[in-house]
Order: sequence, then C-alpha cells, then structure tokens
Amino acid sequence: MVFERYVEVGRVALVSCGPYKGKVCAIIDVIDQNRALVEGPSTKQGEEGVPRQAIRFKLLQLLPYKIKIAHTTRSKALKSAWDKESISTKWTTSIVCQKLDARKRRQLLTDFDRFKLMKTKQRRQRLIRLCMGPKPKDKANK
Amino acid sequence: MAVGRIGKPRNKPVAGARSVMEHGRAKMSKLRAVHKRKKVSVPRTVEKVAEYKEKEINGEKNGGKRMVLLKKKQRYYPTEDRPKRLPSNKRPKSERKPRVRGAIKPGNVLILLAGNNKGKRVVYLKQLDSGLLLVTGPYKYNRVPLRRVDQAYVIATSTRLDISKVDIPETLNDKFFKKIKLNKRNIKKKSEDLFGSQKETYQVSEERKEAQNVVDGQLLPIVDSEPFLKEYLGCRFSLSSKQYPHLMKF
Repeated sequence: MVFERYVEVGRVALVSCGPYKGKVCAIIDVIDQNRALVEGPSTKQGEEGVPRQAIRFKLLQLLPYKIKIAHTTRSKALKSAWDKESISTKWTTSIVCQKLDARKRRQLLTDFDRFKLMKTKQRRQRLIRLCMGPKPKDKANK
Repeated sequence: MAVGRIGKPRNKPVAGARSVMEHGRAKMSKLRAVHKRKKVSVPRTVEKVAEYKEKEINGEKNGGKRMVLLKKKQRYYPTEDRPKRLPSNKRPKSERKPRVRGAIKPGNVLILLAGNNKGKRVVYLKQLDSGLLLVTGPYKYNRVPLRRVDQAYVIATSTRLDISKVDIPETLNDKFFKKIKLNKRNIKKKSEDLFGSQKETYQVSEERKEAQNVVDGQLLPIVDSEPFLKEYLGCRFSLSSKQYPHLMKF
C-alpha cells in the first residue's frame, strides 16, 4: 500500500467538520504535528471559500489535487495558482463532490418530494424492464 | 378661601421631591372650597325582591298552602373559607383559542399520526373554535372525511395548496362534529332491551355527506392541477429503515 496523497504545501484538502464543512482548501503551511494553515478560494458562485485559518489535520480529507505554491503565500498568489490548475472545476466535476451534493439535496427533500422520487424511480424501472424484455427461464429450475 | 386658578393645577410637587405635594389634604379641601359645595345625594331605590312564594300543597292534612323560599339556603357550608382566586387579566380558558403551530397553515398537507387514519395525508382547512383542526382527505382520494384532529397528533408537511378561494361552510363548527352517543339506555324500554339486542350502529348523516361534497367539490380541481398530488394524498406515510424523523425534512 503506497501513499499517494501527502500533506504538503499546496495539497488540496476537503474540510470534513465544522463551519466550513464540505468546502475545499489548500494547505499553505504546517504549524505543528496536528495543525495546518489553510485557505481556500470559493469554488461556486455565491458561496464563500475557506478563510485563512489553522485547522487540525484530523478535520481534513486530502484530495488528489495539488497546486504549486510557496509556503505562506498571500491570498492573491494562492488564488492565481488555484485558478491556474483549475482546481475549482476539477473539484466540482469530481465524483466525490457530486456525491456530497446529492446527499445534501436528498436531505432537503420534503415528504412530497420523496414521494415523487419514489414514483419516478418506479416508472423508470418499469420502462427498463419493458426494454429488457422478459427474464429468460432458469434451466436448473425448469 | 377658594383660589380661582382655572387651567392651572392647585397643587404641585414640592421642589426636589416628586411625590410630596405642596398642600396637604386639609389645605386642599379649603382650596377646593369643599364647604361651599352642595352635597347632592341621589336616593337609592332598592327594589324589593320577593323572598317567599306561596305554593299550593296537595294532601288533606298538609295545610293547603306553604311559603317556600324562592332562593333556597345553602345545603353545605364549608368549615374553612375557600381561598379566593386572584384577579387576572387573562380571559377564561373556555374563551381562549389554542395557538396553532406555525408550520400548520390553511391548505397544508398534514400527516395524521393516530387513529384509524394514521399515516394518511390530508388537507388542513381551518382551526375550529375548540382549537382542533378541521381536515378533509379529500374523501374520494383517501377515505378521510371532514374531520376534527388535534394538532398534537399531526405532522405538518411543507406541501401547501392554495385554498384561499375555497369556501368552507359556516355550519362546520364544533357542534356539527360533536360525537353522538350511541346505545344510550332508554329507561322506558328497559325491559325490552336488557340484553342489548338492539344495538345502534353509527350512520353517517346526510348533512355530513352534503358538507363533504360541498368542500371536496372545491378541493378536487386544486388537487388535480398539481401532478402527483392525487397519488400522494392516496398513499400512506411510513418510515423505512435508516429514516429518522428528527433528521427528515417534511
């Protein structure tokens, strides 16, 4: 088992807990064994990013993206490096991000929405089954 | 000596103190010339209320007539004084209408949680004077008639119909929905019905059916206009595994 994602300056990480949960940031510096200095520009329009702060490593989930920055770069330089690697697009199109969004959407479904979802799923299954045709009979259970 | 100062107060607070007045009580009567005023007394007319009433008594040796007190004396006098209730600005509970939860608004779809209809999704119409909520299925879609329901036994969903144009008859009040007691023992027919052979069963009155049609007739087009809503009202609510009501949004 080889580690592919390392904690290093420029490593992009997902914040898993706290007020910035679900947001993406870059490790700018390592403070000590437990904490990193992070900052993340906003990935979606209208949504705020992660302000520059110290976060425990335990709250970060390392992502397979990395940007080229020197340690403790300014926010401006960070933003330009972030956009150069187009981390925002890479993140929002990634499966992990989409799954998190789907989970959030599912949580906000109302009772009526859940009912409509169930009915459309049933409808879709019925159509799929029609297309597939009848199931071939099992030769062992003839 | 009356000091005639029209428009100006006779008395005023002493300098430096807000509640101590310059002139005392005696001085004030002098200033107001109370001795010059005539006492006008209105004679109090007290209506004589008849205490006794003559009543005819039957029977030979009973004296024919008797004086009976109109207002009977108390049969029981408590040994200790009952404590008096303190005056309160609140209106009595019978006059107060309980508050409806903010989530419950007219036209909302509610989920009934108790009774035969538990799990059914119904349309909330209005709050009655007793505080109970008036709901209807509509009857055609889920066999829930016009009914009263307590808001404690209900989940309010965020699905809301526009019933501003629906006219709910004024006759639909608490009296209309009051439970009719069946199988009341009729004392005169006691001998016939001792073993309860004739049992009354509940029959839906014609008024109820009429009222149902009047209200539902207005609701059905509204329900039909929203896709899936008809099936939604016809389907019961249930929880499956990993569904936790406190984490679900209704």
